[in-house]
Amino acid sequence: MDENRRDFLKKAGVGSLVGLGVVSAVGVVTEKEGRASTSSDDTSGTRLGMVVDTRKCPEDCTACSDICHSIHNVPDFRLEDGSPDLKNEIKWIWKEPYHNAFTSKSEAFTAEELESRKVTVLCNHCKSPSCVRVCPTQATFKRPDGIVMMDFHRCIGCRFCMAACPYGSRSFNWRDPREENGKKVVGGRDIDPEFPTRERGVVEKCNFCSERLAKGKIPACVEKCPEGALTFGDLNDPHSNVRELLRANNTVQRKPELGTGPSVFYIV
Amino acid sequence: MYDAGKIITGLVIFVGFVTFPIWGSFGDTDVEPTPVVNISGNCVESVEYMRANHMQMLNEWRDEVVRENDRIYTSKAFGTEFEKSLSSAGKTSCTSCHSNKAEFCDSCHNYTAVTPYCWECHNEPKEEI
Repeated sequence: MDENRRDFLKKAGVGSLVGLGVVSAVGVVTEKEGRASTSSDDTSGTRLGMVVDTRKCPEDCTACSDICHSIHNVPDFRLEDGSPDLKNEIKWIWKEPYHNAFTSKSEAFTAEELESRKVTVLCNHCKSPSCVRVCPTQATFKRPDGIVMMDFHRCIGCRFCMAACPYGSRSFNWRDPREENGKKVVGGRDIDPEFPTRERGVVEKCNFCSERLAKGKIPACVEKCPEGALTFGDLNDPHSNVRELLRANNTVQRKPELGTGPSVFYIV
Repeated sequence: MYDAGKIITGLVIFVGFVTFPIWGSFGDTDVEPTPVVNISGNCVESVEYMRANHMQMLNEWRDEVVRENDRIYTSKAFGTEFEKSLSSAGKTSCTSCHSNKAEFCDSCHNYTAVTPYCWECHNEPKEEI
């Protein structure tokens, strides 16, 4: 080794510069590819979604939530005086005041009619669902057709998903949803034998009636809506009924600025 | 030896008492469970296979139905199709044939002291009396 220290340091310096250059070049290339593959405009495959026409939805009508909660054995917890037990409430589809549903809309000089309007809300079956990202057991996951599903068997009740969901679409079973004799869910409803109940300690939410879709039926809320305010279909199919509505009307999503990509659209 | 009679009697009683679990196991013949099948015809697979493997099969069905939306099982032994369902009111769910949970499921589960938590959520078949 007749190399002196000065030459060694020169070569090492050049070598490390070249190395850094290669690493950053590779980084730039892969980052570009990464962005391209996660583009939010990807419309391949199926993406089931819903359009809710809030103009058609009567304020006092609860047909959609009645049928949904009945066929999915959602308990109806009541306090001793008969009023709803909001601490333990379980809900899959329900109504929110206009400003609670659309928190990012301006509240200044809203039309009185809108102020008092009740908006039907449910799980948005987001394109990039935050609940799925945080679930430590993959109990909640996204199906290829866009439905955000719950696997109750895997849920450990950590409620990360409830913290992550910006829409409050998830409910936790603080209490056993079954009544003592096991034949009814709390609230006095007979158990629908076609669908299981849940047990204490799991999270639940709307599943877009995946059990009905498997039999070729549409979601029960859509079927039962007396006003035809709910429309269900494939958002990626340009000729679907939901896309026709989206084409013909000005629609909004709930909290679109969060980037979750809700699949439920509202005609206001 | 003082009080030999009392000591020996005491010892005999003591030994008998301590070894009671051994004596207790004699004589009693084990009552093997006899699950009652109240329908004729074949199950999803052969009886022996179902006895040994129904729990794994149910676990696989569970994942396939919930996570992959794959709801039809084709029997390897018989070639017929079944709905992968434990307790729906469908015509080919488990409990549409085995509608006697107490005599069928529970008879072995109690014997082997296993407590599967299926029925915490899934609906028990309506017992026909």
